[in-house]
Amino acid sequence: MIVEARDLHREFVVRRAAGRLRRTKHTVAAVDGVTFSIAPGECVGYIGANGAGKSTTIKMLTGILVPTSGHVRVCGLEPTRERATLARRIGAVFGQRSQLWWDLPLRESFRLLAAIHRLPASVWQPRFDECVALLDMSPFLETPVRQLSLGQRMRGEVTAALLHSPELLVLDEPTIGLDLLSKEALRAFLIRERRERGTTILLTTHDLPDIERLCERLLVVDHGHLVFDGSLPALVSRVGAERVLVVDLVEPGPALDDVPGTVLRSVEADGLRQHLAFHPDRTTAAEVVAAVSARVPLRDLTVTEPDIEDVVRRLYQS
Amino acid sequence: MADATVATAYRSIVLSRVAAQASYRTSFAIEVVSQAFIVLVEFAEVYVVFHQVDKLGGFSYAEVTLMYGIAVSAFGIADLVVGHLDQLPFYVRRGTFDAFLLRPLSPLGQLVTSDFSLRRVGRVVTGFTVLAVALVAVDIDWTAGRLLLVVVTPLAGAAIFSAVFVATSAIGFWVVEGTEFANAFTYGGNYLSAFPFTVFGTVVRRFFTFLVPVAFVAYLPSLALLGRPDPLGLPGWLSWSAVPVAVVAWIASVAVWRTGLRHYVGAGS
Repeated sequence: MIVEARDLHREFVVRRAAGRLRRTKHTVAAVDGVTFSIAPGECVGYIGANGAGKSTTIKMLTGILVPTSGHVRVCGLEPTRERATLARRIGAVFGQRSQLWWDLPLRESFRLLAAIHRLPASVWQPRFDECVALLDMSPFLETPVRQLSLGQRMRGEVTAALLHSPELLVLDEPTIGLDLLSKEALRAFLIRERRERGTTILLTTHDLPDIERLCERLLVVDHGHLVFDGSLPALVSRVGAERVLVVDLVEPGPALDDVPGTVLRSVEADGLRQHLAFHPDRTTAAEVVAAVSARVPLRDLTVTEPDIEDVVRRLYQS
Repeated sequence: MADATVATAYRSIVLSRVAAQASYRTSFAIEVVSQAFIVLVEFAEVYVVFHQVDKLGGFSYAEVTLMYGIAVSAFGIADLVVGHLDQLPFYVRRGTFDAFLLRPLSPLGQLVTSDFSLRRVGRVVTGFTVLAVALVAVDIDWTAGRLLLVVVTPLAGAAIFSAVFVATSAIGFWVVEGTEFANAFTYGGNYLSAFPFTVFGTVVRRFFTFLVPVAFVAYLPSLALLGRPDPLGLPGWLSWSAVPVAVVAWIASVAVWRTGLRHYVGAGS
């Protein structure tokens, strides 16, 4: 097991004003008895609402935070006690905490990171060239990091985390704020990284397509507890998450309440726009579209995915 | 071997910092000159005082200038190398400090090398100029020991100030507004160290001799250079003790820093 967490707890003491002078101490459990393990080569999505305990767990795994109690081992090491050793074997991308030097050209950051990780040029240079080619970074290698777009910077961050060929790559919201193309390019890169090198990946995300494309396994946390450990289809069928097809008709039509496998959620503008919910494990978007267009002429359509927050909320309620 | 490569890593970081600053030549030049000018303006304070009195705390204009020159040089070097440590709360808030923790180097080492404020070189140059002028003006009975002392003193003083910077910056692990607190000791200590300690009250004197040992930066070594006993009765050998005091101060400040870091990662507070 590359990651082992057993009965992991992390509490924070919060002081709050109570009355004019008194301040009371509250203990808040950010992570409350989480147990899981990750085998080498797995790609695991770690999801949950904001404040559910995702970042706290990741900080404990990477050695930034000491657990209040419980057992944690990453690459067989105790993260905070053997932090420097662990740092050479894992890579991390935290969207908000840049590993790059904002006032230097992007290329210089990699040279510095190579020096910090004490990597000989023969080791990091081929790796770097590979990342530059796959992530199409050569147009902005000489640009100072502060002038990069978010998508460009994120490609740089991922390369920075992989320069020392880590066994485990931890990504905290790697696709947040990226446009569709950049998201897909990053996902394709991560899939390849895993296939070619067997790198274990642990990522937090709010983006369902991230999980669909990358992760065969999901860990869901809520209020510091692990509430689900399994595949995405298993999660979706358990909570009954729905996709919604929104169709715009050419002219106002009758309510489409007889399309097989769907439930009509709402009708707008005298039937000009209609929302049909369906379960992805019972029918497909293509079948629903075909059934609808057989009944009325379509002008436009969109499919909305179940929101990850919504899935988690349903899981918690069920 | 391992140490040599760690040194290479730090050297790469420092060189990159210098390169980044040198890319703004005009503003860099302006800042160097203005830093130098600030020291001269500050020194006007001494000038004004001696316009009114002949002696300050029992010391002449030239003698106080000597203390001033040593203090400014020592503080200038410390400020140049570790002056940005009081910005720790910003590093913590921006997440830069977490990035340090994800790299296989000491977080303190990375923090020290993360910003090398070359513009503060102006302060150092002016400090040494004032010191040189003072050394000509005062009457020193030169011996080999005093020659060595005058060379070592600014460096030992820089080490003492650096230790104060390191120790007080650790407050940033607890308090978000830690910068002001740290400055009270660093810049405050710098201000006090430039004057004869005879002008201060007992509490201030003891605090800045034994707890935050800035008396060892300029005042006490100046007594040894001038061949004068301490008017306040401290033993003469203390005037030669800046180096061991600097060593002790560093050991203590690294311990304080480590306590702060342990608090930050939550391993007991």
